[in-house]
Amino acid sequence: MFPEIGQFSLILSLFFALSLASVPLIGYWRGNRLLLEAARPLTFIMSALVLVSFITLSWSFLSDDFSVLYVAQNSNSQLPVWYKFSALWGGHEGSLLLWVLILSGWCSVVAFKIKTLPEDVGPVVLSVLGMVSLGFLSFLLFTSSPFARLLPDTPVDGGDLNPLLQDFGLIVHPPVLYMGYVGFSVAFGFAVAALITGNLNASWARWARPWTAASWAFLTLGITLGSWWAYYELGWGGWWFWDPVENASFMPWLAGTALLHSLAVTEKRGVFKSWTILLAIFTFSLSLLGAFLVRSGVLTSVHSFAADPTRGIFILVLLLVLVGGSLLLYAVRAVEVRSSVSFGASGREAWLLLNNILLTVLTLTVLLGTLYPLIFDALNLGKISVGAPYFNSVFTPIALLLMVFMAVGPLSKWHHTKFSVFAKVCSTSAFIAILSAGLVVYYYGFGFIAWLSLAVAFWVVFLSCADWFGKVSAGTKGIIPRARQLPRNYYGMLFAHLGMVVSLVGIVLVSVNSHESMLRLSPGDNATVAGYDFMFDSMEQVDGPNYVSNKGQFTAYKSGEAVAVLYPEKRFFTTRQQVMTEAALDAGFTRDLYVSLGERLDGSAWGVRIYVKSFVRWIWLGGLLMMAGGLLAALDKRYRKRAGG
Amino acid sequence: MRKFLLFIPFVFFLVLGAVLYLQLGKDTQYMPSALIGKTLPEFTLVSLQDDQVYSKDDLPVGPYLINFWGTWCPACHVEHPFLMELASSGVPIIGVDYKDQQPPAKQWLEQKGNPYQVVLMDEIGNFGVDMGVTGAPETFVVDSSGVVVYRHQGVVNAVNWPNIKEYMK
Repeated sequence: MFPEIGQFSLILSLFFALSLASVPLIGYWRGNRLLLEAARPLTFIMSALVLVSFITLSWSFLSDDFSVLYVAQNSNSQLPVWYKFSALWGGHEGSLLLWVLILSGWCSVVAFKIKTLPEDVGPVVLSVLGMVSLGFLSFLLFTSSPFARLLPDTPVDGGDLNPLLQDFGLIVHPPVLYMGYVGFSVAFGFAVAALITGNLNASWARWARPWTAASWAFLTLGITLGSWWAYYELGWGGWWFWDPVENASFMPWLAGTALLHSLAVTEKRGVFKSWTILLAIFTFSLSLLGAFLVRSGVLTSVHSFAADPTRGIFILVLLLVLVGGSLLLYAVRAVEVRSSVSFGASGREAWLLLNNILLTVLTLTVLLGTLYPLIFDALNLGKISVGAPYFNSVFTPIALLLMVFMAVGPLSKWHHTKFSVFAKVCSTSAFIAILSAGLVVYYYGFGFIAWLSLAVAFWVVFLSCADWFGKVSAGTKGIIPRARQLPRNYYGMLFAHLGMVVSLVGIVLVSVNSHESMLRLSPGDNATVAGYDFMFDSMEQVDGPNYVSNKGQFTAYKSGEAVAVLYPEKRFFTTRQQVMTEAALDAGFTRDLYVSLGERLDGSAWGVRIYVKSFVRWIWLGGLLMMAGGLLAALDKRYRKRAGG
Repeated sequence: MRKFLLFIPFVFFLVLGAVLYLQLGKDTQYMPSALIGKTLPEFTLVSLQDDQVYSKDDLPVGPYLINFWGTWCPACHVEHPFLMELASSGVPIIGVDYKDQQPPAKQWLEQKGNPYQVVLMDEIGNFGVDMGVTGAPETFVVDSSGVVVYRHQGVVNAVNWPNIKEYMK
């Protein structure tokens, strides 16, 4: 009964999405206020129906209803209850339902906040979002309904959730990531509505900013979680693999970062107008492209869902209609946009332009690397794969350059900055940064790249602090009252930039100062890695809820003192006949100890990987700081004013 | 001029869409072997039956098949009867017992019959790595001049054998 209710409410929501996509637009062209005002209730009803559908599917999972095909494939009666719930998004169909749920959630929040927009713009934004929802709802219903039944041959038990996904990381990673991905459709909605209504002045940028900042914050958190999850769950000790699907989430992030900055310029100075619109469309297109790459099976990846060309065709058509349509609209309408203001080569506009160019280049670099095997194959040149060497060698220099400018940009003034302002602060801080980074590098014996990167990191920190101090120390009031007066937007930027630096320090130190050993150890043996003594104490068999496990115990000693006890496991999942490695970690602020069991060798010996990774936590700490920055920026008071207020 | 420039993103998008369309439905798991057109890599392996050391020069003159298998591999059970048929029709097959141990492998051949001229033990899988094997079963065709001319991933059966046979020259 419940699955049918879910299916039925999905079909109903499709009709409401159809109305939402058309009625307010008709109202806009006819100047009919009644039709325009229908946008809000239509959005709310559509979202409520999607929510009903989501709840019924959750219920099917929680009640072990294996007559539902999707439940039978992805869940199992022995699964702990929280994994039964998160198994909902463990496969293609359910994760798409989650996607649609989050999309309708964003729609509702926009509908809720619509009063802050002019009367004729808000409904058009909702209508564009209705089109996006319509696309995804029909994709869900026509190619991948999660409610298909297995009747009358209902299996006794389900096929279990992929063991890789039975983890806290999976409970939170996809929803947060989708919040970010899908959130960019709001910016897209604003951009397309601006094109439709011809409302291409600076005001649309102002409306779109908080939404973009919020989605960016979620995407940042999602990527951070994904990286952290890969690090502790996959047992390879890495934190980023340039996997096509990681890139699929990274590209919208890069483009979204560019969008955030370009929106700021458009709002404050009224320049880059048509470019900002294009970026909004571009960012959203990259989210859609990500969905295509994951769900169509054109690329091999650890993230791929079961390949199905019909689904690929469907998303491709969706891409064609939404992205192609909006780009066509852009080509036709953006001609009318003229930037009225000019800007100088030393103003903040110029620095942000540089930021946009570099971020776009980075996005295209990743896009090219990700799609190159496809292009190569499509031209019948054979099969190739593009790996970390390409990405690292092309990405790193541009990213470092970007960070050099990241420090300078905030110091500059709009329109024109006096050269003398830069000269003194920049040269002093550059000198101190290069010197102090040099000392660190010399003391630890790192190489040139580490020196360069650390110098850049120090330079950003010095300049950011100098900028903040300059702002709070000017004037007669005390430092603390002035510091509290600075807008949240400013602190958002400060947090995000410093977060970037923290991540950079983590990335550099992990890559130059990590120690790795692959050893053959039996219980009773010990090994020394990077000054730590690892003692293999024992090995035992342990039973889990749906697996049996070989659990090792290692004690790590530093100069004779025990600092950590680690329990790496090798789990055998009985239902799926699949083996999983659970690496054991001892996390620290400046170093991680990481032990992972490899294959069992003869007798009692095991292949054991031991890593000592310095500052690896900083990579994710930086991600969290960036997320906090994004949220602060989204919550700035200026955005809460009503239209015209 | 500006009018045309604005169409660039759209055109770029259409090209990208076309590339993606062409790739749909292709088998992404299939990977061509880098060994095609080259001679076999050097190796020293012990044979399963008589503990003799074999190197590349001890292999017969082609054409013959090199078949990677293991007792741990369910698909190899499926493939085994067809290999027996091939062997009885006179196709020379060299077996490589991949990431496996001697006792179960010996037992397997005693129970199910031995289609191989010789079985080489690749316990650690080094030879498999050199050959670019991604799993078992996997079969290579070596021609009369000792060059690898074809690689087949998965079970060899009556459906795909005619295609493989084409390369046995």
